[in-house]
Amino acid sequence: MNNSRESVHTETDAALRTRALESLLVEKGLLTTDIIDEVVQKYEQDVGPLNGAKVVARAWSDPNYKRRLLANGTAAIAELGFGDAHGSKIVVLENTASVHHVVVCTLCSCYPWSVLGLPPSWYKSYAYRSRVVREPRVVLREFDLELSDSVEIRVWDSNSDLRYMVLPERPANTEDHSEKQLVSLVTRDSMIGVAKIEAPAK
Amino acid sequence: MDGIHDMGGMHGFGPVIREENEPLFHDPWEGRVLAMTVATPVPIPGGSRNNIENMEPAHYLSSSYYEKWLHSRIKGLIDAGVLTQEELETRMALLRDHPNAKTPEHPDPDAVRAEFKRSRPVAPLSQKMDIQPQFSSGDRVRSRNIHPTGHTRLPRYVRDKYGTVTDFYGIYNFQDAELPAGCATRQQPLYAVRFDAAELWGSAAEAKSAVYLDMWESYLELA
Repeated sequence: MNNSRESVHTETDAALRTRALESLLVEKGLLTTDIIDEVVQKYEQDVGPLNGAKVVARAWSDPNYKRRLLANGTAAIAELGFGDAHGSKIVVLENTASVHHVVVCTLCSCYPWSVLGLPPSWYKSYAYRSRVVREPRVVLREFDLELSDSVEIRVWDSNSDLRYMVLPERPANTEDHSEKQLVSLVTRDSMIGVAKIEAPAK
Repeated sequence: MDGIHDMGGMHGFGPVIREENEPLFHDPWEGRVLAMTVATPVPIPGGSRNNIENMEPAHYLSSSYYEKWLHSRIKGLIDAGVLTQEELETRMALLRDHPNAKTPEHPDPDAVRAEFKRSRPVAPLSQKMDIQPQFSSGDRVRSRNIHPTGHTRLPRYVRDKYGTVTDFYGIYNFQDAELPAGCATRQQPLYAVRFDAAELWGSAAEAKSAVYLDMWESYLELA
């Protein structure tokens, strides 16, 4: 039933087109299969939201680092060895008890790859791109994030070549956590601004 | 261009659907497309985003993210004269009919890798230039009401609106296809500008919210 011949015959047009393109680029000497494998592996293994989580945990643990991060995100992120492959400047937005930042790209799907990896499908969805600028509270509620009426919401539409990352609020009950323990609490969604970080049980 | 991609503020796309435990790629071909898009050392004439924005609207809406990238990468290679449509279709037919067909290899993969490494540096987006920004934080500004047919970074929902400059980011290359009238260079001051929700959405606006955008100086005039 599910032998390889069968699955090849049901290959989608996109998959077939991709294979054909790859074989032509390799034949023409523009890329090698190894280079393509390495780029895929880089995003599968090295570049992901763990980078951003380390930045957040450092900012929570070290007030001087946090100051540098908010003043010049690109430079402070580079201190931890992360940087944007395209040389984009990264701006870090601090969420507080009174101001909540959330990031979108309405025109396409710009996202701070170097600190968060590749964006989730919902970030690229037409629903998120069209709605979060117009009705952020309603959209955040769909993410189970209910913000009080007293909180100001700031939506950042990354329309140029800058990239935005949110520094979420440090949750309660983490006073005794090490920086390493803090890293494990930080979620991708909190760094996009569609979630808060839950306080761990005491 | 005032295309389907410029969807900020549109109605009709329904709730935001989240996928539990979403894989990085839903199918291996998506990863290959990502890699070929970022790594192929042939720039896409007019830019990748322009190719995607020029997709026919129904095609745009029905294509997945990586299908759009694949479309753009292929069009870019054809436009650059590196590939022909016929070559691609011939190769697709071959691989469809003979899934395990051995396709031609380049005779010198080491040279390909060396050339690939050499071609990697990317021009910096931010420039050190002696251009005096015209606006400063706190200035009230109004965005221009422009409708260029080529690529632009000024979304429709924020044209002809009043806002406040909150930051000056530096001098950045203007990314629109068309240079604004009277501008000789692409380097322009770039600002963060805050637009209150009520200015953008009128009576439909949510309370206590605002949208911030990056605005090149030529998008703005003093209010």
